[in-house]
Amino acid sequence: MLSLTTREEKQFTFKWRSKVSDLVYGYLFALPWILGFLAFMFYPIGSVLFYSFCAYDVVSPPQWIFLENYQELFFKDPIFWKTVSNTLYFTGISVPLGLIVALALALLLNRPIKGRPVFRTIFYLPAIVPIVSTAILWVWILNPQYGLLNNLLAKIGVVGPGWLASTTWSKPGIILMGTWMVGGTMIIFLAGLQDIPHQLYEVAEIDGANVWKQFLYITLPMLTPTIFFNLVISTISAFQTFTQVYIMTGGGPARSTLLLVPYLYQQGFRYFRMGYASSLATILFLMIFVCTIIILSTSSRWVYYERR
Amino acid sequence: MPTVYLSINVRKRILDILVYLLLALGSIIYILPFLWQVSTSLKIPSQLFVFPPKWIPNPVAWENYPRGLRMVPFGRYFWNSTIVTSLSVIGRLVSCPIVAYSFARLKWPGRDFFFVATLATLMIPFQVTMIPLFITFRKLGWIDTFKPLIIPCFFGSAFFIFLLRQFFLTIPEELSDAAKIDGCSHFGIFWRIMLPLTKPALAVVAIFEFLWTWNDFIGPLIFLNSEEKYTVAIGLQQFFGAHGADWGALMATSTVVTFPVILLFFFTQRYFIEGITLTGIKA
Repeated sequence: MLSLTTREEKQFTFKWRSKVSDLVYGYLFALPWILGFLAFMFYPIGSVLFYSFCAYDVVSPPQWIFLENYQELFFKDPIFWKTVSNTLYFTGISVPLGLIVALALALLLNRPIKGRPVFRTIFYLPAIVPIVSTAILWVWILNPQYGLLNNLLAKIGVVGPGWLASTTWSKPGIILMGTWMVGGTMIIFLAGLQDIPHQLYEVAEIDGANVWKQFLYITLPMLTPTIFFNLVISTISAFQTFTQVYIMTGGGPARSTLLLVPYLYQQGFRYFRMGYASSLATILFLMIFVCTIIILSTSSRWVYYERR
Repeated sequence: MPTVYLSINVRKRILDILVYLLLALGSIIYILPFLWQVSTSLKIPSQLFVFPPKWIPNPVAWENYPRGLRMVPFGRYFWNSTIVTSLSVIGRLVSCPIVAYSFARLKWPGRDFFFVATLATLMIPFQVTMIPLFITFRKLGWIDTFKPLIIPCFFGSAFFIFLLRQFFLTIPEELSDAAKIDGCSHFGIFWRIMLPLTKPALAVVAIFEFLWTWNDFIGPLIFLNSEEKYTVAIGLQQFFGAHGADWGALMATSTVVTFPVILLFFFTQRYFIEGITLTGIKA
């Protein structure tokens, strides 16, 4: 140390001081989120697991019953299995359908067209309207007798089903409404499309590739990172579906639209079975987790990342 | 050669026409529900239940609007939603940028691990954590107040922190280095250099927070009980539960509740698209 010249010394203290100040200010600036993360994320996740091993009615203190909630869920509660199969049906249909519709709209908007902002607005607006208002509107649209949809179907000679009043058509009804709200996904697709280098298409055109081949061999592979991102996001949000069901059907008819989250809400906030609801929340988390892992682990096989 | 050119041109023409046809068809499908809503909101009851339905209301029942809004205290709900929404937006704007700056520019032990943990929480929806949160807020005596809806907003948000961090990373480091050498403190760099450059991203945060809070249903449903505390989303749902067949008044109030969102969209369209694009591409 003694052999350091004054200039080196100064540099050394400057560097050291900036390291210390990075550390102090780093923690200081991150403090709100460190606290928020612990209080509103870490602690609740830990306690949801804890409560899932308890019987808890909010009024009296929680009672440790270990695996009883899960035993009841798996072996004694047919409604639980109904909600799981409903949720898988709903997610399995609504996610691919939503992605296809969003991609189709994005592809149309990506053409050199006049009035793109107008079309974009029309397709995007349903995604930002309050979901309560959308859900109420669609109850009216799906009204079997006087609703818009069955009237349009009647015009082309199709007798529309009972939609929300029918156990077969209630889920498709809610899924149909979901495909009307894919604007956010569409905008992300559009951004992904606009990122694809134009030269690729020019070269393909010189080589005589038609529009379909260009889509198959350029657009689709180059878009896989965006498809992957949208797939993860829409899967997670499909699992969370609550408001539509709560407002449109209340889970009926005959529990045909009772998804996992509405059931969780029922158990927790209608019957005040907080422990049981917590075990449902844990299952919900595990389902989302497993699905995300599956998508992630297969991604290396179908997602194309450009080396930059 | 000319024949080849011609056929390519013709094919392009056909494709163009097809694209416009599909766009027109899609737009009609996407806009019809809105038209149906507005049309219904102006109908008298006897015109609602007719087959086939009429698109143009006759007579035009403007009175559905004042009538619907007076059936339940919507003025109160609007005021509640305004308070909750504006305080939530303020909370996010106060807390998220500085945390994002810390993640983007300051080096501290555990930062990268914590950042990954933050991203991982994006996978965990509110529906998973709402039961413990409800229990905690109940113990604190916060149920049936706006506190559970507002106070967490002042402690950051994984999504917005991620978004702002990505934005900060695009600002050249030389800028803050130069300021550091000139003796500017970390807070000075953040406040005087980074923040002014971040205005577009801050707008994105404010817009999305506004939208999500205004539209939020499950949060107010769980945390609020008494009618005078309802937000518009809950108020509308209650109205639907009580007057489910009065479609004229229902559609009228629905339209009014939707109006602030549509208005916001038309004035801030650019930021909307940018915001979604920013989060989508960087992921």
